[in-house]
Amino acid sequence: MIVQALIDQGVDTVFGYPGGAVLPIYDEVFQQNAIRHILVRHEQGAVHAAEGYARSTGKPGVVIVTSGPGATNAVTGLTDALMDSIPIIVLTGQVPTFMIGSDAFQEADTVGITRPCTKHNWLVKETDALSGVLHEAFHVATQGRPGPVLVDIPKDVQFATGTYMPPKPSVSHYQPKVKGDMEEITELVAAMEKAKKPVFYTGGGVINSGPAASQLLRELVKATGFPITSTLMGLGSYPASGQNWLGMLGMHGLYQANMAMHDCDLLINIGARFDDRITGRIDAFSPKSTKAHIDIDPSSINKVIKTDIPIVGDVGHVLEDILKVWKSRGRKTNSEAVAKWWQQIEEWKAIDCLKFTQTGKVIKPQHALVRLEELTRKHDRYICTEVGQHQMWAAQYLGFEDPNRWMTSGGLGTMGYGFPASIGVQMAHPDALVINVAGEASWLMNMQEMGTAVQYRLPVKQFILNNERLGMVRQWQELLHGERYSQSWSEALPDFVKLAEAFGAKGIICSDPDDLDDAIMEMITHDGPVIFDCLVEKHENCFPMIPSGKAHNEMLLGEAQTQGVIDSKGSVLV
Amino acid sequence: MSALKIKKGATSHSAYNLRPTFSDVEERHTLAVLVENEPGVLARVIGLFSGRGYNIDSLTVAEVDHTGHLSRITIVTSGTPQVIEQIKAQLGRIVTVHDVHDLTVEGASVERELAMFKVSGTGDKRVEALRLADIFRARVVDSTLESFIFEITGAPDKIDAFADLMRPLGLSDVARTGVAALSRGE
Repeated sequence: MIVQALIDQGVDTVFGYPGGAVLPIYDEVFQQNAIRHILVRHEQGAVHAAEGYARSTGKPGVVIVTSGPGATNAVTGLTDALMDSIPIIVLTGQVPTFMIGSDAFQEADTVGITRPCTKHNWLVKETDALSGVLHEAFHVATQGRPGPVLVDIPKDVQFATGTYMPPKPSVSHYQPKVKGDMEEITELVAAMEKAKKPVFYTGGGVINSGPAASQLLRELVKATGFPITSTLMGLGSYPASGQNWLGMLGMHGLYQANMAMHDCDLLINIGARFDDRITGRIDAFSPKSTKAHIDIDPSSINKVIKTDIPIVGDVGHVLEDILKVWKSRGRKTNSEAVAKWWQQIEEWKAIDCLKFTQTGKVIKPQHALVRLEELTRKHDRYICTEVGQHQMWAAQYLGFEDPNRWMTSGGLGTMGYGFPASIGVQMAHPDALVINVAGEASWLMNMQEMGTAVQYRLPVKQFILNNERLGMVRQWQELLHGERYSQSWSEALPDFVKLAEAFGAKGIICSDPDDLDDAIMEMITHDGPVIFDCLVEKHENCFPMIPSGKAHNEMLLGEAQTQGVIDSKGSVLV
Repeated sequence: MSALKIKKGATSHSAYNLRPTFSDVEERHTLAVLVENEPGVLARVIGLFSGRGYNIDSLTVAEVDHTGHLSRITIVTSGTPQVIEQIKAQLGRIVTVHDVHDLTVEGASVERELAMFKVSGTGDKRVEALRLADIFRARVVDSTLESFIFEITGAPDKIDAFADLMRPLGLSDVARTGVAALSRGE
């Protein structure tokens, strides 16, 4: 019944790990061919792989794990998916209903544990209710602001026979509002017509809304000529090669993007949530602007930043209406003022905040990414990352032309996300070039998934920028904690080439800038999983940077400015 | 829904109500939350309050519509207007929450609470307690030679006032239900 429900929901791939409490489901999985099951090596990997699958396809990712430890291991992935609004359906086994509460073997209060880290969850106690709950789970996970859901199924419910109900066009009371309010939309259009210094600030909501939303965004940007910046989560919704692109904003965002946010008079937030990595100091955030906020989740509005023009609705629907209204009112903008605004932006751009010099015989991590970009950008390419400096450099130096091409753990910042995510992406796009830009410390957190990559012959490329440090931790210790590098040194690292070979994969090591291009080409052309150990400068810091507790216009651009910049108040922030 | 005396369309589905004028003054609000009556729904609501650091001054919950499978949770909470707006929006996000009403801002409403007070004492104090109970229209629901249990219903301040009067007269135990509230009129 469970497998039938998955098939009826259009599922073709599930990620999972069997165990005592899900044996009946796995028995069903064994007896069919419609759904492919990917055996991971750790349940956390299953959820991240499903996230990678979901982000790169726009379809929900599905996970099956057992009770107790299977469920608790999935918690990090669930929280990650909740923070980044990724639709995931996790099916967990549970001890039989008559044993619940008896501290049975591998029993855990799964719905209790996962209540705060799922959008919704269910414990199904009757087999007849099972198919309805499963269909509802898909509905809740994908409608409105997407998110992870969990269905806990006791083993006796799995064994029993019940009536299967096919999915019905929604009977659910959960029907989030997708159309924006026309009065508010008109107010926004009026503000756009008058704005002298407008900026679009876009986020993951554009990508979650589907490819059509990205198309509409591009149309709107082109038609108005306004500059656009994006959060980490929204990269790719507007092309990096686009004329109006300012680059990413935020703590490690680009100078021109953050300065534009600070000085603008109209800030149009499309599907982003004023995260603290974006706003910096709240009371100094974009002080002169009228703020519009488009979000499908009413709780995002006014949560952090007071909004002047709130629009609750799906980004795609709202953008369509904005374009309609704007066109019907005569396609007006204050083009003279906007041209002047662009002159200012060009001055900021001229500072070239990502500038670095590759000299000597040590590879700069930025250089490694510039070369990676150059050699892979023409490929059908998907990029995942782990979390840390390499993640920020990847966001800065790689260009994303399309949505759903960039998978990174933004909200939760989960080290160990990228590798399993790359497996999920490669499952969904078998012929694409899938690269996980990693740091050696993050990568080791879920390295057991090498077994999965080799087993399913998934040619995922693990591009490890190895500085033998927890680079971002080291950077903060340098800037904030008097250069006392407490526990941020990765001692006793494995030989990554031998590690790859031990799993039956290919390992490449590169330490010389002159060899880099050839080594990257070798990685790309190898038909199979590769661990690329790129030994980089060990003490490189990630700039530009807005220090904690500072405003957008107080950005640091490079090494020279970093002495004593974060005051004691800022140092308590994370 | 009309049977439950709740007006349609309050916080979660209209953009208009999302424009509060912020101030830093803490306000007390009474929220009526209509939820699906299913296991765990109260835990979701309470978990939201504890997880996000909101206050609960009082909370009552009971099934109000058996056929519709609905329960009504009445929460009295306090916070700045921005926090109150967030609480309502966050409650509205919970999948099993059907509706959130802020009775404090949605026109006039009636708030009632039931309480039981055990007052122990003899002689004049005992007589005085009985006399005051009469003034407050509290009923005696249990009596021994040394104690009374009074049952009283009313707005929370009336119950507070009664408690203040009973304290010097030998108040030994209190049980309060928390606030139940409905909006007035249609």
